Amino acid sequence: MIRKLIIFCLAGSGLMGNSLFAQILNNTGVHGNFELNAQYYDPDSAIGAPVVPEKMLSNGFANILITNGRFTAGIRYESYLNALQGFDPRYTGSGITYRYATYTSDELEVTVGNFYDQFGNGLVFRSYEERSLGYDNAMDGIRLRYNPLAGVYLKGFIGKQRSYFSVGPGIVRGIDGEFNTAEIFKSLADKKTRVILGGSFVSKFQKDDDPLLNLPENVGAYAARINLLHGGFSINAEYAYKYNDPSTVNNLIYKYGDAIYVQLAYAAKGLGLTLSGKRIDNMNFRSDRSAAVQDLNINFLPALPKTQTYRLATVYPYATQPNGEEGINAELFYTFKAKTPLGGRYGTGISINTSAINSIFTSPASNDTLGYETDYLKLGDVTYYRDLNVEITKKVNQSWKLILTYIFQEYNKDVVEGKPGVQNVHAHIGIADITYKINTKNSIRAELQHLATKQDHQDWAMAMLEYTISPHWFFSVYDEYNYGNEIKDDRIHFLNAALGYTRKANRITLGYGRQRAGLLCVGGVCRFVPASNGVTLSITSTF
Amino acid sequence: MKNVFLLISASLLLIFISQPLWAQEKGQKIPSIKVKTLNGQMFDTDSIVNDGKPIIISFWATWCKPCVTELNAIAENYAEWQEQTGVRLVAISIDDARTAGSVKPFASGKNWEYDIYLDTNGDFKRAMNVNTVPHTFLISSSREVISQHTTFAPGDEEKLFEEVKKAAGK
Repeated sequence: MIRKLIIFCLAGSGLMGNSLFAQILNNTGVHGNFELNAQYYDPDSAIGAPVVPEKMLSNGFANILITNGRFTAGIRYESYLNALQGFDPRYTGSGITYRYATYTSDELEVTVGNFYDQFGNGLVFRSYEERSLGYDNAMDGIRLRYNPLAGVYLKGFIGKQRSYFSVGPGIVRGIDGEFNTAEIFKSLADKKTRVILGGSFVSKFQKDDDPLLNLPENVGAYAARINLLHGGFSINAEYAYKYNDPSTVNNLIYKYGDAIYVQLAYAAKGLGLTLSGKRIDNMNFRSDRSAAVQDLNINFLPALPKTQTYRLATVYPYATQPNGEEGINAELFYTFKAKTPLGGRYGTGISINTSAINSIFTSPASNDTLGYETDYLKLGDVTYYRDLNVEITKKVNQSWKLILTYIFQEYNKDVVEGKPGVQNVHAHIGIADITYKINTKNSIRAELQHLATKQDHQDWAMAMLEYTISPHWFFSVYDEYNYGNEIKDDRIHFLNAALGYTRKANRITLGYGRQRAGLLCVGGVCRFVPASNGVTLSITSTF
Repeated sequence: MKNVFLLISASLLLIFISQPLWAQEKGQKIPSIKVKTLNGQMFDTDSIVNDGKPIIISFWATWCKPCVTELNAIAENYAEWQEQTGVRLVAISIDDARTAGSVKPFASGKNWEYDIYLDTNGDFKRAMNVNTVPHTFLISSSREVISQHTTFAPGDEEKLFEEVKKAAGK
């Protein structure tokens, strides 16, 4: 009897609880996404593909987000069994690598756990993820965002940075304020000129256990920025300064670091222009003195040159040199109006993008521990990178579309890839991207690419054919051929075929073939792929 | 007795578990996330509204060729789409600090008439569970996701317009 009563009570309370629970759940959303990339590797010594003892490798993750009104919580489960070629082997195993909860109450937002954020352009702080590249320096700690008055946005955080399946040794903390004068002062709201000001301070702490050197345990960095707007014109400028921060990547020098970034932009109907300049000096800023390459970066120093996506244009990709570089970039976007000589029937789009990046000027320092001295007014004499990109987009008629591209690149392989003694590569690239729409559902797209250079591996040619049936199917085949290689045995074909099926937000792609290292863009998405030969399977889903 | 207890526990558990599944029948609501306008102003995604008419939210980037192809394809007929259905397209750029400054000149150069916002930190992208771009959502007048599609192939824009017309009751 007593037992029956207990069960009855339990069941009753369960049901009552359930209705309450149901109410909560009715306002709760559970959503997420999933991605799996797996590859079966065939041994292929001709292209230098390393032997994979596991034969098959896979990277996968799923994010699950729960939202209820002003409350959000999320986790990410990641699995590397074992990590795909090209990913850092410290990504081995599976586990929950990201979990957080956020609550927003009017002007205050509180996040505990993992978070991504950035101050200004990121010169002193940016934590972000690029899953396809295996980059993730998520913070683990506490973040507050506070909006006390209209136009005043404050942020503050403290935490440690993610390092594969663990966190780095250093503690990072920072504050940032952004002030939109047109929102703060009502009298400015209707003015044509608008000003947004910002400032940030970030510092890191890491214990000094070096037996010889006296290393700073706390290193601070600050930045100030302005965003000025007048009609179609705008100026976005930021200056950052970092106190002495001896580390492995700067050869343990005690010199300060600084960076300046300025962008002027103009936008009008059918026309866009930008002019950017950047100078970086000793701006590696990491939460571990001994970290290198992609690890534990606190800040983000964007590269100026155009982001390339065509296969042969990604053979020589420039990367920012955080120890020192200076450069400029200019770009133009313009559309020749329809029914004009250059515009033709549908209008013609043109974009031009050019950059020049050099070393910074340095001279020996008076004191050895400072490393070197520099002069703002003098230009460094080492060419790091030059490029010129001209792209013409043309719709010929209802069926045919064309994108024609010419690219010149000069690439300092010695500096960018750390290969001393290698001379600069000068490459001329031509690309024709042609789309033929057979009918409303069926299309064929072809890419013909050629890269000519006397240096490095000499000439390349590439042809790609893609057939799509909207909205579900795509088939593609491409061949990259290093036909001009001086070494006859290295004149290799990289032949590849792929098949994909997309339904709503689910996508499955199956590929087979040889892949040269680089950024691969097929069937609508781009992903970094290392040199390999074999079968690839990729599944993405949003739910 | 033990069995009865087990049975009750199991059925209660089942009810609990099945609840979220029922809740899932409704599409995801547009969350409230801070992004920026092309003029650098803070903007809450709560303010993406269209007076009871459908909304397209398209995640893109200046360096993403298929994204630009999709937005160009829609741009050709956007005026007509708007006239017929009142649909509004909101383009969310996921360009980071490297290219975010070029988004406004880029879009102006293309003559796009879309409302464009910058999700430089990827907050909105994460909240909408976007894996890769292009990723396009169709949003109902009650701000719930009706349908979504990733990648772009020529012709996808026509299927999207069919869905827009249905959502607008045309």
